[in-house]
Amino acid sequence: MTTASTDSTPAVRTASVETRRWRLSETMQTVLLLLPSIVALAIFVYVFISFTFWVSLSNWRTLKVDLSLREPLFATYGELFAMARWQADLRNTFVFTVFFIAFAVTLGLTLAVMLDRHLAGHHVFRNIFLFPYALSFVVTGVVWRWIFNPETGLNLLFELLGMNHLLAQIGMGPLRPGWITDPTVVAQVNGILAAVLPGAESWQVRWGIPLAMIPVAIAATWQLSGFVMALYLGGMATISDEVREAARIDGAGEFQIYHRVIIPMLRPVTISVVVILLHVSLKIFDLVYTMAGVGPGFATDVPAIFVFEQMFKATRYNLGSAAAIIMLVLVALVIVPYLASTLKEES
Amino acid sequence: MTTAALARKRRRPRWGSYAVWFVLFCMAIVFLMPVYVMIANGVKDAQSVSLQRMWLPPAQLSGANGFVGAWERLSPNLMNSLSMVIPATVLSSLIGAINGYLFAKWRFRGSDIIFTLMLFGFFIPYQSILLPLVRTLQVVGLYGTIPGLVLVHVIYGIPITTLIFRNYFANVPTELLDAARVDGAGVITTFIRVMLPLSIPAFVVVGIFQFTNIWNDFLFGVTVVPNPARQPVTIALNNLSGTFSVEWNVVMAGAVVAALPTAIIYILLGRFFIRGILAGSVKG
Repeated sequence: MTTASTDSTPAVRTASVETRRWRLSETMQTVLLLLPSIVALAIFVYVFISFTFWVSLSNWRTLKVDLSLREPLFATYGELFAMARWQADLRNTFVFTVFFIAFAVTLGLTLAVMLDRHLAGHHVFRNIFLFPYALSFVVTGVVWRWIFNPETGLNLLFELLGMNHLLAQIGMGPLRPGWITDPTVVAQVNGILAAVLPGAESWQVRWGIPLAMIPVAIAATWQLSGFVMALYLGGMATISDEVREAARIDGAGEFQIYHRVIIPMLRPVTISVVVILLHVSLKIFDLVYTMAGVGPGFATDVPAIFVFEQMFKATRYNLGSAAAIIMLVLVALVIVPYLASTLKEES
Repeated sequence: MTTAALARKRRRPRWGSYAVWFVLFCMAIVFLMPVYVMIANGVKDAQSVSLQRMWLPPAQLSGANGFVGAWERLSPNLMNSLSMVIPATVLSSLIGAINGYLFAKWRFRGSDIIFTLMLFGFFIPYQSILLPLVRTLQVVGLYGTIPGLVLVHVIYGIPITTLIFRNYFANVPTELLDAARVDGAGVITTFIRVMLPLSIPAFVVVGIFQFTNIWNDFLFGVTVVPNPARQPVTIALNNLSGTFSVEWNVVMAGAVVAALPTAIIYILLGRFFIRGILAGSVKG
């Protein structure tokens, strides 16, 4: 945590002043010890990314390796963004991200606030809510796939609980959503986009909310809201009781204490939570792949599945690489400012 | 502690607490629902598992329940996972401990930037390195093997293990190091004599964190190891789930089997698990 490292900074500084005399050799030792890790990551992260970028600019689109550059240079990217499937992927990622983060942060924070009252058994509750986080996305996907199977799962549960009977009584049809098999895209905004953005009318995808993406966001929320809760509880534990007491003396009610005092104080936690969830959702792969696959009409396809299929099934290496680079850029847009601000805070 | 107890007593409306407790109780049931589905359907036999009876508990426990089939199909992959996750966890923890110690206590000009550049490797979408990774593993002859997966998990685990150890060692008083230095101990001797004995809790936290992460991985397993017989259990579970000839009870039991190791660790060592989350996910 930030607090941990900032606490020790002065101590480290004094030490370096005291020991300047034999610092050189010790610095050399330090660098030599770090060198294997530095070299390994330089290759496996930065050289590899550069290679993927090169491939994305190349003519390599079959099993036969061809690293010659394509003319014009960014042609593959043009091809990528013209694909209906890729456009659907970007839409789906956006929709998934919004729903998933809204659900997970709301639920995680609510659970944390409720558990922060230290009611009887709060440890048991906390452990139950965090439990899904210990599981693999594959396990989550496999189970939730059946829960959101329209033939059984939740629809069956609705039936068993008599909800459809109730709906029929008030003259409504039965509630039987298609969940992950539903190809519907609601709240379509193509018309609005075409009026505002030049060139938008050539987009092949229906911009809106693909309904099949919502069950996936719910499954992801099940897995990660406990994690959000744990981060918030960690933050709340650092706020002393005096703060709450002072607010209480000022006449604040329980709700106001959280709304006006504690949650604003937890801003750094909220930033961390959102950044982490954002990068999880931009990269999401295993959960969607095992739970829903690409979905009807690519309703649940995401960039990570696209890259995987282009690279390892269709062997269209340049196209897959271009999509991977776009994913990297999206994640970097979130992570680089976050890491940079951390670095600045520390120094 | 006393102020906390006092504050708790001060909270007036007791029925409010009951309401919150009731909401928590309902949420717990919702959270446990998928776990129930996995276990209840896993212990059913092939005759009694059906889509219409998904929510019902098994009528009787028979010897031919889903776990028999799941164990038969998944146990080789379970072994693959174990032989991957144990060395990968140990190695990446050790490397992380040394790196974390150096970055926390032997800062040099540019060390923070190097550390941040390393940390970036934790966040990248691995899709952006898969192609050259697979080619490299093919060249060095590790493609399709468990040692290849171990190597991959160790390297891509370095950023996060380094981060957790760095934050941990930053809290160790520098006076301890100075004392060792006065005694003539160098960089490595100080690490072995002073820091390592102090770092057992950090090793537990990092070990659990890495074990869970590596066990739960899917992307590296599916791309680095194409041979189903050698794949880790998460990939085998996905294959099982996509096979139409396999009964549904076997798939559910398979999900339990694949989840069991990390679930057991979570249940036994939950406290350290939570510490790992706090240490590994809040910024460095």
